[in-house]
Amino acid sequence: MREAHHHEEHHDELPFWRHYIFSTDHKIIGIQYGLTALVFLFFGFCLMLLMRWQLAYPGKPLPIAFLTNLLGESRMPGGVMAPEFYNQLGAMHGTIMVFLGVVPLAVGAFGNYLVPLQVGAQDMAFPKLNMSSYWVYFIGGVVMLGSFFVSGGSAQSGWTSYPPLSVITPQSHSLFTGQSLWLTGMVFLITSSLLGSVNTITTIIQLRAKGLTWMRLPFFVWAQLVTGFLLLLAFPPLEAAGVMQLMDRMAGTSFFLPTGLVVGGKALNVSGGGSALLWQHLFWFLAHPEVYVLILPAMGIVAEVIANNTRKPLWGYKSLVYSVIFLGFMSFVVWAHHMFLTGMGTAINAFFQTTTMIISIPSIIILTALILSLWGGSIRFNVPMLFALAFLPMFGIGGLTGLPLGLASADIHLHDTYYVIGHFHYVVAPGTLFALFAGIYYWFPKVSGKQMNDFLGKLHFWGSLIFMNGIFMPMFIVGMAGVSRRLYDGGTSYLHAQNVLYLNKVMSHSAWGLAVIQCIFIVNFFWSLFAGRKVTSDNPWEATTLEWATPTPPPHGNFLKVPEVFRGPYEYSVPGAEKDFLPQNEPDKKPGDPNNRGKK
Amino acid sequence: MSTAIEIPYNSTERPDTGLYNAKLGVWLFLASEVMLFGALFSTYVLLRTGADTWENGAQIGLSIPLATINTLVLIISSVTMVMSWASLKTKNFGKYKSYMGVTILCGVIFLVIKGFEYAHKFENGIWPSTSTFMAIYFTMTGLHGLHVIGGMIVNTYLWGPGAKMWQTDPERFTNRIEVAGLYWHFVDLVWIFLFPTLYLLPGK
Repeated sequence: MREAHHHEEHHDELPFWRHYIFSTDHKIIGIQYGLTALVFLFFGFCLMLLMRWQLAYPGKPLPIAFLTNLLGESRMPGGVMAPEFYNQLGAMHGTIMVFLGVVPLAVGAFGNYLVPLQVGAQDMAFPKLNMSSYWVYFIGGVVMLGSFFVSGGSAQSGWTSYPPLSVITPQSHSLFTGQSLWLTGMVFLITSSLLGSVNTITTIIQLRAKGLTWMRLPFFVWAQLVTGFLLLLAFPPLEAAGVMQLMDRMAGTSFFLPTGLVVGGKALNVSGGGSALLWQHLFWFLAHPEVYVLILPAMGIVAEVIANNTRKPLWGYKSLVYSVIFLGFMSFVVWAHHMFLTGMGTAINAFFQTTTMIISIPSIIILTALILSLWGGSIRFNVPMLFALAFLPMFGIGGLTGLPLGLASADIHLHDTYYVIGHFHYVVAPGTLFALFAGIYYWFPKVSGKQMNDFLGKLHFWGSLIFMNGIFMPMFIVGMAGVSRRLYDGGTSYLHAQNVLYLNKVMSHSAWGLAVIQCIFIVNFFWSLFAGRKVTSDNPWEATTLEWATPTPPPHGNFLKVPEVFRGPYEYSVPGAEKDFLPQNEPDKKPGDPNNRGKK
Repeated sequence: MSTAIEIPYNSTERPDTGLYNAKLGVWLFLASEVMLFGALFSTYVLLRTGADTWENGAQIGLSIPLATINTLVLIISSVTMVMSWASLKTKNFGKYKSYMGVTILCGVIFLVIKGFEYAHKFENGIWPSTSTFMAIYFTMTGLHGLHVIGGMIVNTYLWGPGAKMWQTDPERFTNRIEVAGLYWHFVDLVWIFLFPTLYLLPGK
């Protein structure tokens, strides 16, 4: 114990590996999460760039000799992508983007860095647990990446890993097969987000600063709180399902293998009696709340950026809060709308169709409140605000195109087509990712003490906006023509796809364009980090929430003195006040002063 | 800058929530554990209702007497766990040591008996792949066994090296025992559900 105290008192002299590698400081951990997740995002994106070649020019050799050689003859025989490799890329693109990219960035990075700051805490409630959740996530990522190198390659049964296919591909009891490693990696990732969510929820409930009542919490914190509960309660069923699928693959059980299964003309030698539908239920019980795990932190970021750059309070703060809570609750009872075509029966379909229509209401309330927040504001069109503004219509398109999928009869036509891909990518790519970019540009000055380059930022924004739509808008058209989402040749061999085949090229070239545009972001990120303009104020955006009341960058322990909160989070342009923002920690003036009006 | 970081409410309760941090943390963790085992029990229900026939655990070699002994062992361990916490509340560290020791010992007995049960099945050629029932049996009791082992590692740490905290921060140490106890009771509770589900329910 004495040794521990000794270390804590001299934490500035911590050795490099304690300070930056095995740190317990929530900000360092947040940055670790952020950088790792960005690398994974880029990697997952690259997988898709490869797939887009095969989709646009099916059967043609990849013209980049370096890549063909790197991937080897087994994956790219004669430079042409092998079907198995295409399936691996598809499965791993989804897995990496969702579980290793977006969630760790939205929850691990932004949640870790900002939640303690915004609630006025010195650190997370359990700093050591926080460190271990990052490292468990890291191990999960390494296992996932390692799965590319085992014989037979990585998992190739889609990111949903539906059995029986996933159990019998490849047929091997070894742990070192793509699918078994996928399951092992998922168990690590689930454990990581479980530890993280316990930490976030406890921090928000227990470590709120004096005066920071529930209705004074920034909306971002509310979003993270609800997200925490979703991760906490939705992930364990997938962990159970993952263990059972591992048992099926490695111990020869039949949790997901029905009786009388015939593979390749031969009856499978298993006891049978399992249910493939069981996996789908357990998977979607996680994966639908997961959608909200992806979107809620994004909404939180957008709310912060919009309030700051419209210089006025958010419209309908309380309805935002109640909507996000209701959304979180409802997200647990809509999962089977992913399964309308499994023959569950009309009664169950009707139930899930109804809950799906109900859950769209709070989403629409949130989006409407955010749009109405713009009304009458003197908007500052800086880079974070541009991304936040673009989030609104992009998420709107993603959300509204989801409604037909939520109706059981319309879903018969659209199920498993490119329409579905277009729908959820609008939510996650130009939706969530734009919000995350907004967050990076917005909080970069606080984290690094440097401002990101404005011109490069705007170039990044406009390029991304154009190319994102170039990729995903055609998907609706292709999907409505009935083209299935998992075709190796992009539909070339199907008659009904002939009229929309040209769109494959449009989408692919847009994707490659998007890749070029992201390079601008990468350059901007590192250039600004080392040579960017230094911020002169601790509060460069003139914001109101507590994270801006810290030194830049915040030291270990965050606040120079323990903050106290006197007002709500968005007291911008209070009539009669001397400046257009009233920070939450600024004490009231003497009674009768107009600055007090912001107090609720 | 170099003042040590002191996370508030580590050992004292926050007035408006009435909880210290770890207690809230462990309840949240247990909520997720309920979902984990809930998914497994749901699996049992779904596969059983979908099956034409279902085995009766006792008839295919599950030993009700051994499981009954194990149930008693775990219940006793839960009681001693509470007693170890109560001993610390009354500042009796010696009694804490013995009660916690008994708790750990009960965990060992449980696992040894479980080990005999497993070995007996393997000898008779019964594996997880034998039937859906046995798949569920091995998966659920195996996962529960891992939870028992996890609890025992924590308890052993708190009985041995971790107990030094009693000298420096007795209040926080007492809280740790309470939190470990909440987890331990949960692990017992899972077994209380597993016992009838796997051993006692008739087949069909």
